[in-house]
Amino acid sequence: MAKDTKVIAREEVVIRFSGDSGDGMQLSGTLFSDTAALYGNDLTTFPDYPAEIRAPQGSVGGVSGFQIHLGHSEIETPGDYTDVLVAMNPAAIKANAALVKQGGTIIYDKDNFTDKNLEKAGYVSDPIAEEKLETYNIIAAPISSMVKEALKDYGLDPKSVLRTKNMFALGMVYWLFDRKLKYTEQYFDKKFEKKPEIAEANKVALRAGYYYAETIEALNPVIKIEPAPIAKGTYRNICGNVATAWGFLAAAEKAGLEVFIGSYPITPATGILEELALRKDLGVKSFQAEDEIAGICSVLGASFAGRLAITSTSGPGLALKSEAIGLAVMAELPIVIVDVQRAGPSTGLPTKTEQADLMQALYGRNGECPVVVLAASTPSNCFHYAFEAARIAVEHMTPVLLLTDSYLGNGCEPWRIPSMKDLPEIHPPFADRNEIPFLPYKRDCDTLARSWAIPGTPGLEHRIGGLEKTIKGTVSYIPENHEMMVKLRADKVARVAEKIPDLKVTGEESGDLLVVGWGGSRGYLITAVRELQSEGYKVGFVNFNYINPLPKNVREIFGKFRKIVVAELNLGQFAGYLRMNLQEFRYEQINKVQGLPFTTGEIKEKCLKILEVE
Amino acid sequence: MADKQTSQYSPKDFKSDQEIRWCPGCGNHAVLNAVQKALPELGIPKEKFAFISGIGCSSRFPYYMDTYGFHGIHGRASAIASGVKIANPELSVWQITGDGDALAIGGNHFIHLIRRNIDINIILFNNEIYGLTKGQYSPTSEKGLVTKTSPYGTIEEPFSTGELVIGAKGRFFARTIDVNVTLSTRIFIEAGKHKGTSVIEVLQNCIIFNDGIHEKVASREVREDRTIILEHGKPMLFGKENSKGLILNGLKLQVVRLGENGISEKDILIHDAQEPNPGIQYMLANMKYPEYPVALGVIRSVDVSTYEDDLTGQINSVRKDSKIKCMDDLMHSGSIWKVE
Repeated sequence: MAKDTKVIAREEVVIRFSGDSGDGMQLSGTLFSDTAALYGNDLTTFPDYPAEIRAPQGSVGGVSGFQIHLGHSEIETPGDYTDVLVAMNPAAIKANAALVKQGGTIIYDKDNFTDKNLEKAGYVSDPIAEEKLETYNIIAAPISSMVKEALKDYGLDPKSVLRTKNMFALGMVYWLFDRKLKYTEQYFDKKFEKKPEIAEANKVALRAGYYYAETIEALNPVIKIEPAPIAKGTYRNICGNVATAWGFLAAAEKAGLEVFIGSYPITPATGILEELALRKDLGVKSFQAEDEIAGICSVLGASFAGRLAITSTSGPGLALKSEAIGLAVMAELPIVIVDVQRAGPSTGLPTKTEQADLMQALYGRNGECPVVVLAASTPSNCFHYAFEAARIAVEHMTPVLLLTDSYLGNGCEPWRIPSMKDLPEIHPPFADRNEIPFLPYKRDCDTLARSWAIPGTPGLEHRIGGLEKTIKGTVSYIPENHEMMVKLRADKVARVAEKIPDLKVTGEESGDLLVVGWGGSRGYLITAVRELQSEGYKVGFVNFNYINPLPKNVREIFGKFRKIVVAELNLGQFAGYLRMNLQEFRYEQINKVQGLPFTTGEIKEKCLKILEVE
Repeated sequence: MADKQTSQYSPKDFKSDQEIRWCPGCGNHAVLNAVQKALPELGIPKEKFAFISGIGCSSRFPYYMDTYGFHGIHGRASAIASGVKIANPELSVWQITGDGDALAIGGNHFIHLIRRNIDINIILFNNEIYGLTKGQYSPTSEKGLVTKTSPYGTIEEPFSTGELVIGAKGRFFARTIDVNVTLSTRIFIEAGKHKGTSVIEVLQNCIIFNDGIHEKVASREVREDRTIILEHGKPMLFGKENSKGLILNGLKLQVVRLGENGISEKDILIHDAQEPNPGIQYMLANMKYPEYPVALGVIRSVDVSTYEDDLTGQINSVRKDSKIKCMDDLMHSGSIWKVE
């Protein structure tokens, strides 16, 4: 730090790295998050990338972004607007200009602002003037030529040299926020253990960026974000898809079961399959099926054979799995289906987030076909809800559908590592070997779960399948039997309500407005509600993680507020579900379907409008 | 009984108490008998058998077996069975399927199961018709067949099961005919012992919707002349008193009569089911009446490692080398930090 540079402390800051999808912006963002987390900040990140692996260079559609929100206090969202924008080309300015806070800092690679690139982004001459950003703190850094200069004696080919531009930019941002380079340097030493020249080049570029920012005094005063007062414990960074995979592993360990995953690659869910495929050291059997249907059908086979069986997918894949979910309902086998939602319908916006698969999850099957539906609400609590999904599936002998979304699956945050001994035990209802003849559809009087007789167990030979059965497992077309079994299956799912926690209210316990959310939009909603509350409004917030069945105390909570608004990233699916199940209340709606999360600002604004109306 | 010695099983140990609902005279009854005769010969405890099926007349099969059974959904038996076998390689997994179930709606799963070589025994009942939906053409129906959905005759080329299996890298393919219970039993025993995916095509008669479809090769009077039962290591002879045989003429198989044009038994091809190169086996599987006899018996049986053995091997080797033995280890691996 130069001697005359001042340092001021701030509560929170948002930084956005953006450039071509091949510019390495996801890596810059991830490394910055790791450094911030190791320093003790709370943070949330949001990668925002195009569907194409390498979209046309320099095009606005090909801009890949990574946003980090870090703070000295609890951080629940990746932030609405950014304090610092790193733009590696003109297209990145075009895509993000509106997201920069008034007077914020924009660092751009001026070597990349060639006529051709300007034209590709739709600018005539000067993006800064054309976007009316002159009053902002603009840092036009010759990043490309600086890395060429810094690495001229390292004997690297020109392509490898230019590939370190993202580290130069990262070095500059480290200086702006008074960060140490050591974690990132260690990362390169480890990552390129066998290619020390590449590790060195990246470190040189990183340091060059840092010193360049210092030399030009890129920001004065420099901003310092003190560590957040977070609970004692051991922490790590975790992303939603990995947390989901680990939740299943933890449940399997607690239940004494082997994990089987049968899935087909699909964005943005593939990370779950990839993580579990890695975990052969924990005995996971991963099966990359030939299609979505084979994925879930292999899982049904594995569940029949007595394993904790998981399939992961996204909306279009869930559609293909519908018939097999029906079979799981009928055969009463424990499986977990994870839907990492993305913007639909059809292929839709495959890399963008949405919460529009709720109705599909609840009802997208033929016949009366209830399943338990859960939804995670932060990247790290994907672990908890995956664990819960597995616990409920196994103990209640039912398929469970776990909803996460692209924003949660790809988002990362620090996570206090739980200890396995603190997690609840899971008790699979294995059939009693002495209970001969075995009746496959005999039920536990409490949960109504049938018992699980594992092939290989002598004396418990039985047949199950998609045809309606009697308690003995005999195929039956008797009308009264079918109605009884339909009601029993529905009742079994309804009784899960006895084994889930009550819904908790954040903010006011009663008052003028209850903001209702579910799943992944929690962070934005809770931040908006806290701000409204601090401004004196009588506002409360509930976020649903248990969707079917609903927690038992919902009616009691809803009754304590004058108005209820349901905010979700679809056209009102959860609101409709609540109208059907809790008809006595009136529900206002806040909806958004842009493939993007809410912003705290828009939630506040809409809540204020609802509060104004008498 | 649960504690019965495996050698003491008889076919009736595998009969469930369910009433069999196939049509009287359906070829399925004979296949069920052959399976119930074959299983006691395998020396596998009864509780280790799992019968998995899709949808169709034949897919009711698991209900009639006193073993573990799972009646699935249309076309998906291969995928369900794959999950069962991978999850527990100790089980002897049998897939029951038909020409519609395996080759139309389930075609994708069928070829991928074969490619992976998971040790599952697939009994494919081929009656060249959709029976359960009451008589529509199937992917194995002869071109031109008149059915309810092809009232002017089909205009589709049928699949040949053997050709498809070999094309999908199948290592075991056999063919039998419902009426020949002895042959079926023998083939099921061989398939049960083979490590890897085994496909047994059963030419099966649907007495209601496609009656007599295999009669031209199956009827008692013509059977000897129009079919050839292949046995590994034996000459490819057929016909009354083994008067005919197969030779290779250029790149094609040819039917010859012993004693004519100087042909003697030494000129006749010897069947090699274990030859990895499927060239001859492919031609044998595709033989059609009237040019050729229809090949029955084990046409191809090649040993290579199975999917589940390779998976178990991989898990064991990763486990041996990894420092991560439990979830606590995993969660504390990599970059972590303490907040005091």
